[in-house]
Order: sequence, then C-alpha cells, then structure tokens
Amino acid sequence: MPAVGQNVLRKEGRGKVTGAAKYVDDLSFPGMLYGSTIRSTIPCGRIRSTRPEFDPSEWVVAGVPDIPGKNVIALIEDDQPCLADGRVRHVAEPILLLAHADREALAGAKVAVDYEPETPVYDPAASPRVFKEILIEKGDLGKGFSRAARVVEGEYRTGHQEQLYIECNGVIAVPENGGITVYGSLQCPYYVHKALVVLLGLPPERVRVVQTETGGGFGGKEEYPSMLAGHASILALKAGRPVKMVYDRVEDMLATTKRHPSIVRHRTGVASDGRIVAMDIDVLMDGGAYLTLSPVVLSRGVLHATGPYRCDDVRVHGRVVMTNTPPNGAFRGFGAPQTLFAAEVHMERISEALEMDPVRLRELNLFRPGDTTATGQVLGADCSAAEVLREAVARTGFDARRQALSGTNAGIGLSLFFHGSGFTGGGEVRLASRASLALTPTGARILVGSTEIGQGTRTIHAQIVADALGIPYENVEVSDADTACVPDSGPTVASRTCMVVGKILQNCALEMKARLGSLSPARYLELHGPLVVTREYEKPAELEWSDETYRGDAYGAYGWGCNVAEVERDPDTFEIRPVRLTAVCEIGKAIHPTLAAGQIEGGTAQGIGYAILEEVVFRDGAMANAQMTNYVVPTTLDTPPIDVVILESAYPHGPHGAKGIGEMPIDGPAPAIVNAIRHMGVDLRQIPATPERVMEASCVSP
Amino acid sequence: MADDSRSGFTRRDLVRGALVGAVAATAGAKTPAEADRGIGPGAVPITLQINGQTHRLTAEPRVVLADALRDRLGLTGTKVVCGRGACGACTVLVDGNPVCSCLLLAAEVQGRKITTIEALASDGRMKPIQEAFVAADALQCGFCTSGMVMSCKALLDRTPKPTRDEIRHAVSGNLCRCGTYPHVFDAVERAAGIRTAEGRAHPPDGTPVFQTLAASRTFTSDQRVDAGVAEALDLEEA
Ligand code: FES
Ligand code: FES
Repeated sequence: MPAVGQNVLRKEGRGKVTGAAKYVDDLSFPGMLYGSTIRSTIPCGRIRSTRPEFDPSEWVVAGVPDIPGKNVIALIEDDQPCLADGRVRHVAEPILLLAHADREALAGAKVAVDYEPETPVYDPAASPRVFKEILIEKGDLGKGFSRAARVVEGEYRTGHQEQLYIECNGVIAVPENGGITVYGSLQCPYYVHKALVVLLGLPPERVRVVQTETGGGFGGKEEYPSMLAGHASILALKAGRPVKMVYDRVEDMLATTKRHPSIVRHRTGVASDGRIVAMDIDVLMDGGAYLTLSPVVLSRGVLHATGPYRCDDVRVHGRVVMTNTPPNGAFRGFGAPQTLFAAEVHMERISEALEMDPVRLRELNLFRPGDTTATGQVLGADCSAAEVLREAVARTGFDARRQALSGTNAGIGLSLFFHGSGFTGGGEVRLASRASLALTPTGARILVGSTEIGQGTRTIHAQIVADALGIPYENVEVSDADTACVPDSGPTVASRTCMVVGKILQNCALEMKARLGSLSPARYLELHGPLVVTREYEKPAELEWSDETYRGDAYGAYGWGCNVAEVERDPDTFEIRPVRLTAVCEIGKAIHPTLAAGQIEGGTAQGIGYAILEEVVFRDGAMANAQMTNYVVPTTLDTPPIDVVILESAYPHGPHGAKGIGEMPIDGPAPAIVNAIRHMGVDLRQIPATPERVMEASCVSP
Repeated sequence: MADDSRSGFTRRDLVRGALVGAVAATAGAKTPAEADRGIGPGAVPITLQINGQTHRLTAEPRVVLADALRDRLGLTGTKVVCGRGACGACTVLVDGNPVCSCLLLAAEVQGRKITTIEALASDGRMKPIQEAFVAADALQCGFCTSGMVMSCKALLDRTPKPTRDEIRHAVSGNLCRCGTYPHVFDAVERAAGIRTAEGRAHPPDGTPVFQTLAASRTFTSDQRVDAGVAEALDLEEA
C-alpha cells in the first residue's frame, strides 16, 4: 500500500510521548560549564568600559579579543557583530560572555558597563538607514488610475510577534578534534556551520553542527542559533571544556528575533463595476538594529502585497529600515502575513466604499489560471483562488450568516490569500540543495540537512522515499541532521522542505530503484557494497527570474487559502472572541493529511494570536512584557473550533504534486478576524485587535 | 542577563543554580562557589516517592520539584518552559492531581505519590493515552507533550468519558504553540473509547471526510464545526 496520502505514524512520535526524546537541555557532558551573556541595557551608544564585579579567577570571561576569526554573524551581509564592537545598537546586544560550573553563581554575576549613550531611533519612518529597497512595477500606473471611477486609500499596521517556540533557544558547544561540535535546538544546521567557520576561523571540516530534538522554531531558530552557537563556542574554546547555554524565557524574549512590524499604504483605483484598475502600494518594515534576514523578509512581503488579485497597472514599493531595537527576523509567513493583512483589510474597505458584496468583489478580481502577477509571472492551472473562495463561502453559508449577524455584537469576515512555496526567485538555484539516500539491508536511510521541528519532516520524507522505492514506510530510516554526515539541503524554512527537498529525495529514490534493478537491498549490498545516491535541486526549465528587475517567476508554486472567521465582541470589555474559523487551503497534495491538517490548525492558531492577543510592548527599546504571563498566546480556551478543508490541485514539479504548506495558514486569520470586526461597523485597521484598540475604534465608528 | 536590572534573579535561576552543584560534582568540577551559596537554608535530606520508587536526595529547601526531577534524578521527560506556572509543560501528578512541578518545592511533596511521564511506559508498553496521542498525531515539536499527556491522563483517571468541554478545560493550562489542540481532543476521545481511529475519518453522522471534487480532494478536520455549520444553515432556513 502506498504511504503517501496515508496517515502513517510520525517517526518520532513514541519518543515524544514517553519523554524519551532528548532536547538540548536534557543533555550533559563531562566537565561541562554553563555560559551566560552580559547584554546591553541601553538602546544605542558607545561602551566606555566593562568591569566584572566578581573575582575573575574562578571564571571564564570572553570578549571580542577572544574571537579567533571575524567578529560577525555571517548571513546575508556581515553587519551584525557576535559581540558588541565598542558600540551597542539595541537593548540586549551581547557584550561579554561568562562561563562557570555553577548556574546559580552565573545568574548572580554582575558586570558594570559604562556607556556613552546616543539618541536612539524607534520610529521606522524617521530611520536614517534603509537596509533594502525593492520596487516592483507592472504596466503604467498613471494610465491605470485614469480609468478608475473611485480611488480608495488606506494605511494598515501590524505589530511585532514573538515566535514563542515552547523550547527556548539553547546549545552546547564541545571542543573536540581541534575544532568545535555544537549540539543545539535549531532549524538550519548549515547556517550555523557557515557562521561558525567565519567566526572561529576554522576550516569547515573542524566545525560540526548537530541538531538535537527541537521544541519548535517557526522561523525563530533560523538565524539566532548562529549567534548563540557562536557565543557558546567562543567560551568552550577558551575554557577547553563543553559549555551549555540555554536561555530562560525572559532572556529569549528580550534578546531574540521577532516578526517585523509593518506599515502598509494602499491606493487603489477601482472601475465602476468593481474591477481593480490600479494598485499603488507602499510597504515599510522595521528591521531592528541589524540587517540579518530583513531583505528577504521584505522581498516576500512585497511579492505578496497585491493579494491574490489581478491588475495590469501596479507599483509596489518596499523598504525595510533600521531602528534601535533587537533585530527582527524570520517568523512563519516571513513578511507575507503583514502585507496580506493590509491587502485583505483594504479589499474589505473597497467593498464598503463601493457598497459591493465582499465575496463578489473578490470573485471579480481574483487570480485565475493564465493571469499574470505583479512580477509578470503567468499563473498555471493549479491557481486555485476561485476554488478556495467558493468552498469557504459555501461551507460556512457565508452570505446568510452575514445577514443573520448584521447589527449584532458579532460579525463574520473572510480573507483570501496565497503563499509562494520555496525560496524567492533565483534563491533555490543559488542554494543548490542536495539530498542523499543510503541503501540499508532492509530499505534506505535518508540523509538530509532538513530538520524536524515538529512539522513532520522525517515522516513525509520517509513516505515519499518509501513510495518511490516501493518499500514499506517502516523500512525507511531518517538520519539526524548532523553536518558531519548529511549534505546541505538548504535551510528548513520557506515551506520548501516537502516541495523542494522532498522532490530531490524522490529523485534519489527513483535513481536508487533503477540501480537496484531486480535485486533486494540486502542482495545488492552483498554483491556491490554500499550505495549512496546524492541528487541536487533541478530548476524546472520554465522558471525565470531576475533579481535586478524583480520580474519573472517569483515562486515555483503558490498555495491558495481562504479563511472565514466568526467573532463576538464583549459589549463591556470589548474583547474579541473568535467563535469559529474555517480554513480552506489548496496545497497541491497532502502527503500526510493529518500532519497537513495539523500545520493548518497550528498556523491558524498562531494567526488568531497575531490578530487579537499577541502584543509586544516596547519601552525604551526593550520588550516590556518579556514573560509568558503577560505576552499571551492562544490556549484551548482562546482557540475556536477550526474547520480545516484541504483541496489538492497538483503542482507538476512537486513530489506527488505537493506545494508548500507550513507558512500559508498564518496569512489568513488576522485579516479574516479584522474583517469580521469591521462587519460590526468598527473601523479597525491595525493588529493586534486588543480590547483597547477595539474600544477606541468602536467609540469613533458610527 | 546579569547586567539587566529588569530581569535580575529569577526564582528559577536561584533554584537551578542550587542543583548545578550536584551535576558539576558528578562531572568532577567542584568549585568554591558551591561551598556556601548563602541563599536560604542549607541542604536537607529529602525523600520522594516517584513512579513507585523511593528516592533520597540532599537539596536545599528552595529546590523545586521540576529541577529535582530533571537535574538530580535524571528524569528529563518533564520539561521546564516558563518556570512560573504559565505553561503547564512541567505538569506531573501528585497524588493523581496534575500540578506544575516548577511551582512546587521538592521538600513540600515528601510522602506524596509523584508520577512523571517516565512512569507511563515504564514496562516498555505505552499507556492508551500515549498510543492515542501517537495515533491522532496530537504532537508536533513534542516539547509541551509530556505535560499535555499528564494532564490528559489525570482527566481520564477521574473522568473516563469526558465531554469535549471537559477536555478543553482540562488542558487549558497546557500551552501548545504548535497548536495541536484539536488533535489532543481527538486523542483523548480515542483513548476514552468515544471515537475510534476511523471516527475522525468517518464521523458518526456518516459525512465522508475525503471528498473528491472535480480536480481536488477535500479533507476536513473538526466535526464539531459541522454542528456550527448546520446551525448556520438552520438559521438560513429560519
Ligand atoms: S514550566 Fe512550569 S508552568 Fe511553565
Ligand atoms: S507540540 Fe510543540 S508546543 Fe505543543
């Protein structure tokens, strides 16, 4: 029986339900020390001096001079130091590292830092530094607006969001074999590897990175582990002993990355029949103090900024800028939730301005196969915007429900969205990801750098390989993500692990099957010895993209989604309570329907938090609510029943037609919920929709 | 965060540090800092009944149960996430009741019957609730899972056939950022025999969950919503 499409048992399920799975803080090494970080308490300024307030003889203290290589976290641009280089640019910036055998002594260690403060920048609109600017142009905007009967304008704002993976960031660095081995909770072992080679000045073969079981990432363990691994490695090399650094929740929330806040402005020309004839969109994102991943977050943001709507005359202008706050980074959705929020709330405002039914307006404008996106990409037959909208509207009885709730303290709203799978544009070509498959006596072992962070990497990869080889799922093993034995399969991000890496694995398995011929694995090994098949990403011939002009096929494939949210407003406290949420997603192929539903439910829950609960409060450049007691994420009581509907329309280059799924579900809930609030006559254009904001908007709305 | 006056010395740091001495000692790395911390009363003998066994240890009265389990007794299945009672990841059973082990002092629970996740499959066979978690895929990253399973076990021990609402409330203190809640409800209902494995795929009302549309297949998850949809449709008719 084929494994793909079946709900086979998750590979690591047993380990996780019995408590046997080992996460980084469950591990210990002989002679291990604990490390901690002395961090900046001011947002911007020069460091005059640092003076430990303890007897340093018992301690390992490391600073910039102890960095054997280059003092940078190598990622896109080398602008972020591993330890402050005499200046600090955000609160919680690392300055000094300490290690000690006693965690308690460590927590009590004080270092006096003398600063010469400078004036910080918090307002992105007033930032002196633009990290990246992108312009997408299609057609002739002036001509488009000249055809418009109405012009609708609006500004939409989204806040920071904390990933709040349940396991905090943590690593253990072990000096060995003339180099360093790092065990850690992380998404991208080869990102960490690349950063350590530069930071430690070691040859690549002396750096080994091993992912331990990882308690969630959601993007939050894409880049930051390079920083943390760097810190632990510097200490471990200086001490000559293993060093464990596991953040507590407060430190993790204060110091690590969050979702970029955004301000998006739309000016849209609409013809009298409701057709959109011109779109002028301006996107501003707050990157925080260093560039990190901001250019790519902005890229995904602007590429999704039009929403799934066709228009001949479009301009999208995006900027991501510096502020003196901790760098913002990857979080599920990666720029798209911000711009899709704006696009879909703006769409609702257009329907209000035109007094046109919101479903009808969307039907009239949505992408259909053969339409071109803002970058000129022609959408294939798997473009399913119409299908997901139709299914969501029918399933929820949207029109009737909307009428029934009119004028009450409840509302219903919808959002239509799409999400590109894999790296943007030529990114996949540059990554040149590889995957390997090793023959075992009973089947095969998967060797990939892709990590299991809860989303089911091990399971779906094994399903794909099992079917390609024609062997039972149970006979496929999955190797740990350890740079000493797996190839670089690219980072575990961007909804690419199934569609891109899964496809490479499928090719490996097909080649292996051809090599085996009629021999059983055991017989082949007996006759010919070990067999390892390695394949590389192959770009589908028709995909073309230019980073210079931002024209072409931005993504190999898009997933399509429609959410319908029904909410109630408490008449006294103005709290918004989601009553039910319907999530229709077209994902190409559900390799594992239950896992796929889990991704949709999980992304939707995080999207609900983004919409109404999760507010990062910044005070003087620092997160003021860096605790789980006052940064609130959805519990079972805040999560309404989520009705998941999966549609499949195959992408020809995905394994079994699969597209990406991990990120898309978080795009829809915030605009659907805000549109449901708008249905109550409340003019809200910002998230999170906290009771304070809803009260304010309710009081000024008619 | 030693230089950060806002965070300062958390209770977890305090008690964790107290335990590190033991860990470091086994690693042969005793330091003068361990000798006398000067924080609270010194170490006392503590006897704990854990998973049917008696464990004797010496620890300061300020040591919380979660750290005693993890750092002293090597029972690392119990996870610590927030250290202040906000997430439920550290849930263990004390006399059958689910409690946050990060908030309980080890010395307080002497003589009480403590059950951790490690007890559930101690004979190599998973308990029905664990089987159901795996079968329903009620876990993703797994970091909340030990606590989630313990809360569900306590519920089923008390209420063998819980309602959906009872389940929802029983795990409302267990944060799952991966959002496995609907699958957790499914797992508990399977373990309770309320639903079968096929129950999810073929709800009792016979609604097929896999549905072949023109070019696509449909899979839906929460049958409870169907009631909501029915209600909406009723409204439409009304
Ligand atoms: S760790 Fe105990 S409740 Fe969070
Ligand atoms: S499974 Fe990841 S937090 Fe619950």
